[in-house]
Amino acid sequence: MKSKIAEAFDNCKKEKRSALITYVVAGDNSKKNSIKILNAISQHADIIELGFPHNTPIADGGQIQESSHRALKKGIELEDVFQIVKKFKKKNQKKPLILMGYYNLIYQSGENSFLNKCKKTGVDGIIVVDLPYPENKKFAKKCKKKSINFVQLLSPTTTKERIKKIINDSHDMIYYISMLSTTGGKLKLHPKTILKNYFNIKKLCKNKNLVIGFGITNKTISALKSADGLVVGSILCKTITNCIKKRQNPVTKLDKMVYQLRRMVA
Amino acid sequence: MKLQKNVPLIDQHDKNFMYGGKFGGNFIPETLKKPIDDLTKLFAKLRKDKKFLRERDHYFTNYIGAPTPFIKLDNLTDHLGGAQIYAKVVSEANGGAHKIYNATVHCLIAKKAGKKYIIGDTGAGYAGKMLSMAAKKFGLKCKIFMGAKDIKRQRPNVEAMRKNGAEIVPVTTGSQTLVDAVSECMRYWVSNCDTTHMCVGSTVGPNIFIKICAFSTAQISRELIQQVKEEFGKIPNKLKLINCVGGGSSAAGFWNEFINTHAELIGVEAGGPKNSKLHAAPLSKGSKIGILHGAAQYVIQDKEGQIGSTESISAGLDYPGISPLHCFLKDTKRARYTSASDEEALKAYQLVSKFENISPSLEPSHAFAEAIKLAPKLNSSEVIIVNSCGDSLKDKDIIKQKLGSYIR
Ligand SMILES: Cc1ncc(COP(=O)(O)O)c(C=O)c1O
Repeated sequence: MKSKIAEAFDNCKKEKRSALITYVVAGDNSKKNSIKILNAISQHADIIELGFPHNTPIADGGQIQESSHRALKKGIELEDVFQIVKKFKKKNQKKPLILMGYYNLIYQSGENSFLNKCKKTGVDGIIVVDLPYPENKKFAKKCKKKSINFVQLLSPTTTKERIKKIINDSHDMIYYISMLSTTGGKLKLHPKTILKNYFNIKKLCKNKNLVIGFGITNKTISALKSADGLVVGSILCKTITNCIKKRQNPVTKLDKMVYQLRRMVA
Repeated sequence: MKLQKNVPLIDQHDKNFMYGGKFGGNFIPETLKKPIDDLTKLFAKLRKDKKFLRERDHYFTNYIGAPTPFIKLDNLTDHLGGAQIYAKVVSEANGGAHKIYNATVHCLIAKKAGKKYIIGDTGAGYAGKMLSMAAKKFGLKCKIFMGAKDIKRQRPNVEAMRKNGAEIVPVTTGSQTLVDAVSECMRYWVSNCDTTHMCVGSTVGPNIFIKICAFSTAQISRELIQQVKEEFGKIPNKLKLINCVGGGSSAAGFWNEFINTHAELIGVEAGGPKNSKLHAAPLSKGSKIGILHGAAQYVIQDKEGQIGSTESISAGLDYPGISPLHCFLKDTKRARYTSASDEEALKAYQLVSKFENISPSLEPSHAFAEAIKLAPKLNSSEVIIVNSCGDSLKDKDIIKQKLGSYIR
C-alpha cells in the first residue's frame, strides 16, 4: 500500500507543482492554538511537519529555538505532542504528518515505545535531526517495519558516495538541506545554484521524492518550485513570534501565509 | 564493560565511535558528517606523523612551558596530618590553565587543514582565553562563544580574550552558560564548516573532539609520571590522583599515563550550593544516559530528555554533561567520582591559598576539597596528588563577594 506521503507527492505531480511542506513546533504558542494552526494550514499544505521541542537544539536557528522554548515553557511534553497529532489526524485523516526532532527525546522514551505511539496516533514519517546515516540504520528499519517513513537528510557537504548509500537506505521522501546553515538562515546561495545541486542528486534518485528545506521563505519559494517539494518552517515560527508581540491571532495569520505560499508553488 | 589493557583510552571505541558500546558516538546533523570525517582522517594521520609530533612538543616546551611544576604541599600536609599532599601545578602553563594544550593542538591542526578561522566555546573563560592566545600566535582569526552569565562572572578572562583580538559572541539563550555556548558554537560551525575549524573546549562533543582534547591534555600525565618516579623512585604503592571534572579534559589528561597502573583515580564534580537541589554532577548524583552535544553520556536531564539546569559557583564545572571517557571510566570502575559543594570548594581555596604558594581557582578547589576530606583519614605513607589546573585570579570577584576578602 502506498504511504500517505507518497500519495501526497503523486497528487502534486498530477497537478504539476511542487509539494508544500510546512513546519511548526507542537504546542507553539499553546496546545490549543497548535491544533488550530495545524487544522488551518493543512487546508493549503500538502505535508505537515510537526516539531517536538527540545531545549538544546544544535541545528536550529533563533526562530525555531524561540518556538521550541515557548512550547516548553507552556509545559508541552511528548505526551501532549502525540495528543496534538491524534486530534489533528482525527480531523485530517488523509493529510500526511511527519514528526521532527532530536534523538534524545526518542532515546528517553525508548525507540519502540516512541514508534508505538507514532503508530497509534497516525504519524506518517519521522525526521531525526541528529541521527545521521549510518547511525540511523537500525531505527530507520524499525520505522519501515511499522510503515512509518524515516526521512533521510542530505546536505551540500554529503559526498556522492554517501549520497548513493543514503538513497539506498531511504523511504519515500528525502530531505535536501539547501546550504550550510542551521534552520532559519538567510538563503546564502542563489536558487539556481541550489537547484543545480538538487538536480544532480535527483538524477541519482529519479523515483524518490526529494524536497528542499532551510532558508525558504515567501520571498524565495517561487524560484525553487521545480523541486518535488519545498519545506517552509522558520518563517512560520517567526510569524507566530510577531503575532504574539503585536497581539494578533497567529491562527489567521498563518492560515493566510500558508495559503499564499501554496499559490507560489503552483 | 571492560577497559582494554594496551590500547590508548581515546581509541577504546567501537566502529560507531562508542566507548563500552554506550558512550560517545556522533549524534550530529548531516552537514557535519563530512567535516568531522575529514578532521578524523587528518588527526589519525597527524598523530602518527613524527614531524607533527615534534612540532607539538616544540610548542609544548617553548610556548606552553612544559613541564609544569610538581610540588609537595608541606604546610597543608602538616596541617591536615595524614597523607602527603602534592600538587601538579598546571596553572603554571602559559595562560594559566590546562586549556592551552587543547587550544594549541587545535590551532596546529587548523593550520594543517588550511583553515583561516577558528571558533571555540568557553565557560570559565580559560578555553576561550587560550584559544584566542594560540590563534593569535598561529595567525588564525578567532571567535569565542560564551554565555552572557559567564561573561559577567569571569571578567578577567574575557578581557584577556579581547586583548588577544578575539571576537566574543555572547550567548543569551537558555541558561546563558557553557552548555548554551557549546550549542551556539556548534550551530555556527554547521553554517561555516567550509572555512572554519571548530575547537571544543573539553573532552565532550562528537568523538573526534574528545580524542583531540584528551590527546592534547595527556601531556600533563606524561610529565607527571616522570616527576613522580623522580620524587619517589617509583609509583608509590598508595597513590591517589584527584582532579575536578567539568567536561573532563584536565582529569583525562592527568590520568592518562596512569590508567594501566595501580594509582587510584578520583574525579570531583561540582555539587552546587549546599542547600540547592541543583548541581553539575551527573556522574556522582545518578543522572541517566542521554545525548548532549553529539555524544551519549550521563547527563542531567528530566524524564523527557530535556537537558536540565545546573548550578555551580565554578563556571568551568557548570555543565550538565560529562565526557564519554569518564562515563566509561566510571562504568568500568577504573575511576570513582564524587562531588564537592560550592561551600567546600570555597573553603578549600581559602585553606590552600593560606598555607601554600599556590592559589587554585574554584574548579581545582573542588579537587582540593576532596583531598582535604581524605588526607586526615590516611596514613603518612600514602600520597595524594591534586591537579591544580587553574589560578584563583580569575575568580577574584566571586571569592570577594562570597568570603569578604580575596587572598592569593
Ligand atoms: C581551571 C579549570 N579547571 C577545570 C575546568 C573544567 O573542565 P575540564 O573538566 O574539561 O578540565 C575548567 C573549565 O573551564 C577550568 O577552567
